[in-house]
Amino acid sequence: MRYFSTTLAAAFALAALTSPTFAADKPTDPQIAHIAYTAGDIDVKAGQLALKKSKNQAVRSFASDMVRDHKAVNEKALALVKKLNVTPEDNDTSKALSKQAAEKQAELSKLSGAAFDKAYIENEVAFHKTVDGALETTLIPSSSNAELKSLLQTGLKIFQGHLAHAEHLASSFK
Amino acid sequence: MRTAFRHAAILLALQIVGARVGIAGEVVQVKIADLAYSPAEITIKEGDTIEWVNSDFIDHTATANNGDWDVLIAAGQSARQQFNHAGTSKYFCRVHPDMTGTVHVVAGK
Repeated sequence: MRYFSTTLAAAFALAALTSPTFAADKPTDPQIAHIAYTAGDIDVKAGQLALKKSKNQAVRSFASDMVRDHKAVNEKALALVKKLNVTPEDNDTSKALSKQAAEKQAELSKLSGAAFDKAYIENEVAFHKTVDGALETTLIPSSSNAELKSLLQTGLKIFQGHLAHAEHLASSFK
Repeated sequence: MRTAFRHAAILLALQIVGARVGIAGEVVQVKIADLAYSPAEITIKEGDTIEWVNSDFIDHTATANNGDWDVLIAAGQSARQQFNHAGTSKYFCRVHPDMTGTVHVVAGK
């Protein structure tokens, strides 16, 4: 039960972006860049943990894909903010995401074998659903720079693919 | 020094011969951009080779649904697969499974 609590908490952190209160005060481009980078980094770390702990070939392959893709997107994001001379700005959403991700990492670290594989993949489904939702409803519409918006749109397509992959894997654990 | 040049020349000659032997039919390109194969559906002849050219900044695969073939196309790179038997293959990207394509191979000789 506790396992789901942090997933939900992370979901709420991103879902808060779409609340009417936040909508009135939409995130700025430097904040959006920070949130997107943080979300990517969280999934890189989760993938690295899976590569350390899992012996399931399908899970390892998925984790390896996540590490590679999210690193690639984040490298692209870093290059873009440098080009635009924008400094990503830490904010409450990024902070909440990082905090909850650390708790999730700690929970997953205590698991092993099939229990770890199942929990990792289920968290990947939940995390990508949340991130995709935040990108679609708030981060992309709120971004004002065309290049940042375009990168976020590409990111969304990539992460939608990850979600489909994670859901397919999750169904094999049921 | 002269020996080194001779070895290099032999190696080059072998590569040219190998390339000719390896690819009998035509090479047909399928582009990958913005997480999509283009064209997504293609018809080629037996013995032709598809070359996927990936202009995305992330790696993709072209993986047959039935598992017969699996090609990794690294970011900014291209990769090939030859088709020697008539039939239809549906394929997808293992990393981004909503990317899908179809190859029709027709008898052509």
